[in-house]
Amino acid sequence: MKVKAADYLVYDKVSGTYHENPEQLVRDDVEKHYWLHVGRTIVKDWRLYVMLVPMLLVFLFWRYFPMYELLGCFKVSDTVLPVSKQLFSGFSYFKRLLVGGDSLSSNFWMAMRNTFLLSFYGLCFGFPMPIILALFFNEIRSNAARSVYQVLTYLPKFMSTVVMTSLVTMLVKQGSIIGQMGIVSQALVKLGLISEEVGNAGLLNNPGFFRAIYQISGIWEGAGYDSIVYFAAIIAIAPTSYEAAQIDGANKWAQMRYVVLPSILSTIVIMLITRIGSLLNIGYEKVLLLYNTKTYVTADVISTLSYRTGLSGGAGTGIASAAEMMNNVVGMLLVIGANTIARKAANTSLY
Amino acid sequence: MKRKLEISELIFKVLSYTLLTVFALGCLYPFLYAVSASLSGRHAVEYGQVVLFPKDVQFEAFQMMFQNNMFWNAYSNTLFLTCYGTIWALGVSILGAYALSKKRLLFRKTFNFFLVFTMWFSAGIVPQYLNYLDTQKVFRAIGIMDDKWLVVIAMGMAAMNIILLRNAFENVPGEIEEAAIVDGATEFQVLSKVYIPMSKSTIATVALFFAISRWNGYFWARQMISNANEHPLQVFIRLQLEMYTDPEQMAGWNRAYASDSVIYALIICSIIPILIIYPFIQKYFAKGTNAGGVKE
Repeated sequence: MKVKAADYLVYDKVSGTYHENPEQLVRDDVEKHYWLHVGRTIVKDWRLYVMLVPMLLVFLFWRYFPMYELLGCFKVSDTVLPVSKQLFSGFSYFKRLLVGGDSLSSNFWMAMRNTFLLSFYGLCFGFPMPIILALFFNEIRSNAARSVYQVLTYLPKFMSTVVMTSLVTMLVKQGSIIGQMGIVSQALVKLGLISEEVGNAGLLNNPGFFRAIYQISGIWEGAGYDSIVYFAAIIAIAPTSYEAAQIDGANKWAQMRYVVLPSILSTIVIMLITRIGSLLNIGYEKVLLLYNTKTYVTADVISTLSYRTGLSGGAGTGIASAAEMMNNVVGMLLVIGANTIARKAANTSLY
Repeated sequence: MKRKLEISELIFKVLSYTLLTVFALGCLYPFLYAVSASLSGRHAVEYGQVVLFPKDVQFEAFQMMFQNNMFWNAYSNTLFLTCYGTIWALGVSILGAYALSKKRLLFRKTFNFFLVFTMWFSAGIVPQYLNYLDTQKVFRAIGIMDDKWLVVIAMGMAAMNIILLRNAFENVPGEIEEAAIVDGATEFQVLSKVYIPMSKSTIATVALFFAISRWNGYFWARQMISNANEHPLQVFIRLQLEMYTDPEQMAGWNRAYASDSVIYALIICSIIPILIIYPFIQKYFAKGTNAGGVKE
């Protein structure tokens, strides 16, 4: 901060004279002996800093040390030398992943595409569902009936990923005759939506169905619960807004268009932007639990690819780290961009 | 003023009721089916005769589950991880969030950034795995042989939850703290006697988030806990599923109930405790979503 000469003098209205500004002298003192000031403040408030220490240590050990470990992607080779000895010796892993021309590189691009597509389809199909549900909940005037609907639709959210994927696995499992398939496969075959051979082989063994299963199970799991935030925005609309619209002759669609939608638009925008921000943060757990060797073509995402490459006997941790590094850097840029937009959108609300 | 129901309104109403009913039943059906299939006889399950209600009712699949020591073991491990994990994470978060909520804290912005950065950028699975391996070595070196403690201490801390707590603490009026200090309260007393009671509902929400992530935790527990006796419930369920859906291992199945019934029974057993406490925790859950959706 630049100090002006005027800062040292304050005008006293009563006596009509100038005198020294004591605050500025303190500020000067702080600036001259900055670290002394820091030390004094910390000693005075030492309890506050002690409280901070466990949190800082936990984040340092288990959030920041892995980031240091991630720098292994710049190593030359997977030898036993520690990361620090090999740091920044090359971009060979990145080169191999991006333009390697071998199976590793083609798997990387496949996983990149799958990561993006799974998110993108989630945005197209998974994102609007909670909004539609919230609009429907609003139509139900009886509180008891609405509670029943809400409780039923929130229910799947309380399963763990393992339980959810286990149920999905069982519901579409393979079977040599129609009766032995999972119950959902049976229904689809009987409705003529899939052929019997496809059902026999098991839907989770068919790369063509992975994305659909992923999205539908996602909607089943989360749509009801995610509608809470939209429903809260809808019930906050003043009843007088509807009455005014009705007097102006608005029918139901017009009320939706001109009353409800504008009121929840800012919520939708914020949720949308947040969602775009986490576009590349696919939940690897769900993919790991649902995919198998037959469905890598459509199911493999960057995290699962690097998990196999790095941990279960693949090409090594260095190259796996390189794949994750790229994914995470792009992901971070998306999050920061989305956050910036969200802040602006939230401040200057669109309506 | 009573108005005539307009056509568009009527259509929308009918549409909402119909589609909501379909969706709600769709959400419920898998669970109903799981209950029925776990209670039905072998022939009925294996030949697709169970649709909604159980057929040839048997309870042996549940009995088999209850007689399995590994099942109870897995349950107690999950309770262990959930209890200690929640206490540890909540304790660390409350202390940190309290300090961060104080304007007089030096380098407050730096500490905040230190926290928020982990929400933007995470190292990913492989580096985290290598890091946990190192942690395991350190823990073993100082005599902590149980991998359970590794999962409790090293995993599941979330910057988002700390920020929720910090925001709640910032909303506590500063005058109350001043009054407490005038009355001679120490820093720790201010936290425990003023701040914690005044932000009870946020603390409950955050505790719930921690507890749920612990209860549901699967991947790292499976990676890091080598001893099968220490596996939590989620890992146990997955291993059982892998075993029971492997046709080779199930070739010699000769019980009076289908092997599928065991899996369904296991699924039911793992969600019943959640269903029991669900009515009590629902309001905190809804509150957390709203806070998480609006605040950064």
